[in-house]
Amino acid sequence: MAGHSNYVPQSAAAKWLESRLPVISLIRGSFVDFPTPKNLNYWWTFGGILFFVLIAQILTGVVLVMHYTPNTAMAFDSVEHIMRDVNYGWMLRYLHANGASMFFIAVYIHIFRGLYYGSYKAPREISWILGVIIFLIMMGTAFMGYVLPWGQMSFWGATVITNLFSAIPLVGEAIRTWLWGGFAVDNPTLNRFFSLHYLLPFMIFGVVLLHVWAFHTTGNNNPTGVQPKSKQDTLPFHPYYTVKDLFAIIVFMIFFVWFAFYVPNYMGHPDNYIEANPLVTPAHIVPEWYFLPFYAILRAIPDKLGGVVAMFGAIAVLFVLPWLDRSKVRSGSYRPLFKQFFWVFALVCVALGYLGAMPAEGIYVTLSRICTAYYFAHFLIILPLLGLFEKPLPLPASISEAVLKGGSAHPAGAVSAPETK
Amino acid sequence: MAHTDTAEPTRREFLYIATGAAGVVGAGALAWPFIDQMNPDASALALASIEVDVSAVEEGQSITVQWRGKPVFIRYRTAEEIEAANSVPLSDLPDQAARNSNLPDGTEATDANRSAEGKEPWLVMVGICTHLGCVPLGEQGDFGGWFCPCHGSHYDTAGRIRKGPAPENLLIPPYAFVSDTTIKIG
Repeated sequence: MAGHSNYVPQSAAAKWLESRLPVISLIRGSFVDFPTPKNLNYWWTFGGILFFVLIAQILTGVVLVMHYTPNTAMAFDSVEHIMRDVNYGWMLRYLHANGASMFFIAVYIHIFRGLYYGSYKAPREISWILGVIIFLIMMGTAFMGYVLPWGQMSFWGATVITNLFSAIPLVGEAIRTWLWGGFAVDNPTLNRFFSLHYLLPFMIFGVVLLHVWAFHTTGNNNPTGVQPKSKQDTLPFHPYYTVKDLFAIIVFMIFFVWFAFYVPNYMGHPDNYIEANPLVTPAHIVPEWYFLPFYAILRAIPDKLGGVVAMFGAIAVLFVLPWLDRSKVRSGSYRPLFKQFFWVFALVCVALGYLGAMPAEGIYVTLSRICTAYYFAHFLIILPLLGLFEKPLPLPASISEAVLKGGSAHPAGAVSAPETK
Repeated sequence: MAHTDTAEPTRREFLYIATGAAGVVGAGALAWPFIDQMNPDASALALASIEVDVSAVEEGQSITVQWRGKPVFIRYRTAEEIEAANSVPLSDLPDQAARNSNLPDGTEATDANRSAEGKEPWLVMVGICTHLGCVPLGEQGDFGGWFCPCHGSHYDTAGRIRKGPAPENLLIPPYAFVSDTTIKIG
């Protein structure tokens, strides 16, 4: 990263610092001079958007903790206190709650961009795996955060998810009791979830740095999937991508604050405005929308352990994806068959999300099973076979050739012509 | 590389392994308090038993009490409900174990084994679905017993799983009638 820096310290103070801690050249090499493929389209801005949302979540979260009380007797009321009494408390809480949904919207787009353009393939496997780890920690963080308001959905969501662990043979029940710190979800559970909900975002932050470090070592992937071959193929990160990312962040913020200010409860569930009651389960418990596809997979399997294994397997399969896809061609733009299967797969994921929100009966169960089977078949059967049988389109000789001759199926969004002068 | 060299370990190698072993044991011993602090504490364990007065419960009525943070269903069953439960052959049951904490493991899930001797109309069960922990709704479902709204498990009038994803019959906690109208749970 620092290796990409053109920085030569000029002032005496900068020289003094640079010879002791080369932090200026590290930042310059990573986010200023860093050579970035010149054809990145707007799908690539979601990395920057995600970084922005992570920081926004940490900031709003830290100030919400100044007013929240993690105790079963007071948690629900303290959230109402934030909404009604604390100055701008309503805004901070709505930004934080909707920020979680925004985080998942952006991360799903980011993941599907990686899937389409083959960003998981050599030499970027480590970047991809770190990304899957971030996704897992994000899911844990979001789940525990949803428990904190101590509403009905908080309580029963926590109950159902922690009960998943009781499906583990032999030690399952002991693990569940250990997670609860008692014999049901109760005050000890709320306290530890609060502690971890505060900790995990900082762990995400750390893994994000590793994620960036990894793809800054290999260089960014790009819409052609062809590695940059000369200086003609890249642009310095600043100002080209700082400005492009910033523009995308601003557009995304408009979307974000529209939700936070105009439909702040649209993605929530009304039952969570009822205080937790351990004796009554709401008639329809559904997880937050971003967990629905995995919830549908859990319910599709008519066996407790099998359902849990399939649900975790749906994420675990992502870890080995770089070795399941046998095609040497990275970008889906040059893979005529893969491209079609990719969109079918995307549709199946959306369908699973819909099915996860429906009651587990009748036609919905059958459809969930078909979609679950297809989800796994995509990774375990279709991708390995495509690598053997698919005839890819000819790749451009370089990024510049693809950009200048329109050789890419996806014209890059913001390439003007400064590099051709 | 196969070699048949059986030279004595050196003093340095011995110290190396001994230090490493002591380090591993020390780290494990230090880790345990950090893990065990999450297990149920003394105050949670202290809530282990309750006594419930059921004198006001009429035939066909149920009450729900809280024991160890969980709901416990106490139902005074009607003759028809007991009859319905008795008429089911064991082979129709997905889970044929009684799941009665007061009887040894491996007892069959007959209606008599799901209740206390001489107190057959009374059904005392932890009201938590054995699938993923929701509270089932009473007098509902395809078998007139309990129905879990979360993932669609149906239990019969003896609290036995009949249909749906739940793997086990509703658990019967340790309990005893300390008098004719008082049940001690736990």
